[in-house]
Amino acid sequence: MGRYLLRRLGFALLLVFIVSSASLLLTHLAPGDITTETAIVLDPEARARLRAELGLDRPLLVQYASWLGGLARLDFGRSLLYSRPVSSLLGERALNTAVLATAALLLATLVGVPLGIYSGSRARGIGPAVVRIVSVVGLSVPPLIGSLALVFFAARTGWLPVGGMTSAGGVELAWGQWLADLGRHLPIPVMALALPLAASLERLQSQAIASAQREPFVAASRARGLGRVAALLRHAWPVSLRPVLGLYGVMIGSLFSGSFVVEVVTSWPGLGRLMYEALRARDLYLVAGCAASGAFFLAAGTWIADILLAIADPRVRTGQRS
Amino acid sequence: MTRRAGLFVLALTALALSSPLFAPYESGRAFRDYLHAPPMRPHLSGLGPPVAHPLVLADRLEQRYEPDPVRTVPLPWFAAAEDDPVFLLGSDSFGRDVLSRLLYGARTSISLALVATLGAVLIGALAGAWAGYRGGWIDESVMRVADFVLVLPVIYVVVVLRAVLPLVLPASTVFLLVSWIFVGVGWPFVAKGVRAIVAAERDREYVLAARSLGAGPARIVIHHLIPACAGYLVVQATLLLPAFILAEATLSYVGLGFPDPVASWGTMLAETANIGSVARFPWTLAPAGAIFVVVLCTNLLTSERSSKMTID
Repeated sequence: MGRYLLRRLGFALLLVFIVSSASLLLTHLAPGDITTETAIVLDPEARARLRAELGLDRPLLVQYASWLGGLARLDFGRSLLYSRPVSSLLGERALNTAVLATAALLLATLVGVPLGIYSGSRARGIGPAVVRIVSVVGLSVPPLIGSLALVFFAARTGWLPVGGMTSAGGVELAWGQWLADLGRHLPIPVMALALPLAASLERLQSQAIASAQREPFVAASRARGLGRVAALLRHAWPVSLRPVLGLYGVMIGSLFSGSFVVEVVTSWPGLGRLMYEALRARDLYLVAGCAASGAFFLAAGTWIADILLAIADPRVRTGQRS
Repeated sequence: MTRRAGLFVLALTALALSSPLFAPYESGRAFRDYLHAPPMRPHLSGLGPPVAHPLVLADRLEQRYEPDPVRTVPLPWFAAAEDDPVFLLGSDSFGRDVLSRLLYGARTSISLALVATLGAVLIGALAGAWAGYRGGWIDESVMRVADFVLVLPVIYVVVVLRAVLPLVLPASTVFLLVSWIFVGVGWPFVAKGVRAIVAAERDREYVLAARSLGAGPARIVIHHLIPACAGYLVVQATLLLPAFILAEATLSYVGLGFPDPVASWGTMLAETANIGSVARFPWTLAPAGAIFVVVLCTNLLTSERSSKMTID
């Protein structure tokens, strides 16, 4: 198991390195730079001076090498757009994205898995049928559509505030009030992000538990006198966990894609929006920093999913392929 | 299931190509006196064609309209009444008919997704079959690259690749570039499964028979092994299509898609970025409904598999 996790860790580090390097190089190769995208009125001489000041006139390889050198010391350089160190910007924005993504993942799990166990463990009945229909509809509401619909709903009814993470002037609020304010801004982006994830968790858990229930050991446990619910939760569910945990590894990517969309639609100040702004302004180091921290979260997420999978399934641990 | 999925793809193709024929107005036609006009309800009057009551501006500042109960105009498919346009799905902030743009947008969005799906399936099938047939280091390296692309969040890759290209481009160039980008992120989904099928099939008797008759590797892969994956390819195509429609919508929503006068479901949704106006003019969300219907159809088709293979 140790070797398996080490191999996955190596992959994670490689992922962070390749993704951030690639985005730095791509942004460098893109037409225009920060001086053409943000200060349009500069005359050529002033532009050249500014480029020299920012170090943009150096050859690509020199810039890349100096950025790599900084990376080794966890120094991501300065954002040209915000004139702030990239690392301090990344810290707060990544936290906002993490809040959004974690809340959505938690909500999706708490809703999807129990509903899946419920609908998969019964073959007939109106309840499971309703759950199934709701899930197929939920699967068809991707974060873009979901967040647009919820934003419209909130703006129309006025029940929840729309846009941003806190109300204007939220910084001056006391700790408790700030938290309550955040709590009111959270539901819309979280629900938009969680809905398709909850639906796919429900579908998969439902299929997994239905097939686990047909295993002979579940019948044997019933024959020993175990109740239906106990046999379901203690014997069938653990076996059905493997495909569900496998889905988490895949879901991390959807969670990221979804959070980008939701952040843009609901003006949530997260990594996705920051990266988008940085790309539009050709802010080299900020793009690379966003990509690096995004890849870090992605790698950490898949790594945790791998660990959970290894715990749940002994075949993964020993490197045996099923 | 494979046959139904194939029929669905064909139906979407037909819809994409023909939808502008049903549009009452040109996609760029702007009625300057009818900004944000609400949807109008068609009526049947006697034996004649269906009619609607023309709108009268009630308040210019609030952009509020009221139907004129006295006059009627025939629907635009039956007679061209140039002065009184009929908006069955309302009009947008430029006074353009939402229904017409939705139909023209269907052509743009669906045909982009179709081209990208075709490319991704083609390249994915060839790469996967080649890797599965040859095995060894070719297999290893193709699958490593595929695994790497699969880990990345699709929308981020698409946004980054589009953003580093020149931002202002003609629509046809955008179409080409974006479909290439979609192919780039889509092929691994196809290649993984094709590789697995081909690796299992390549030692079967019919392949041996073909080889003993003197067929070369290219002929064996294209004529014997890829056809063995046909069902899988159709299913993958039905899963990629809605994902690409959605990716286009996202790209255009953030302003990296088609330039403005072009109607696509994404550029139409970009107008809804203003929260205040969405609340007052909900009909501008119509393309979101169209996307929902397309995604729902694919999910109903593939409902037993979709939970395992969602992409995006």
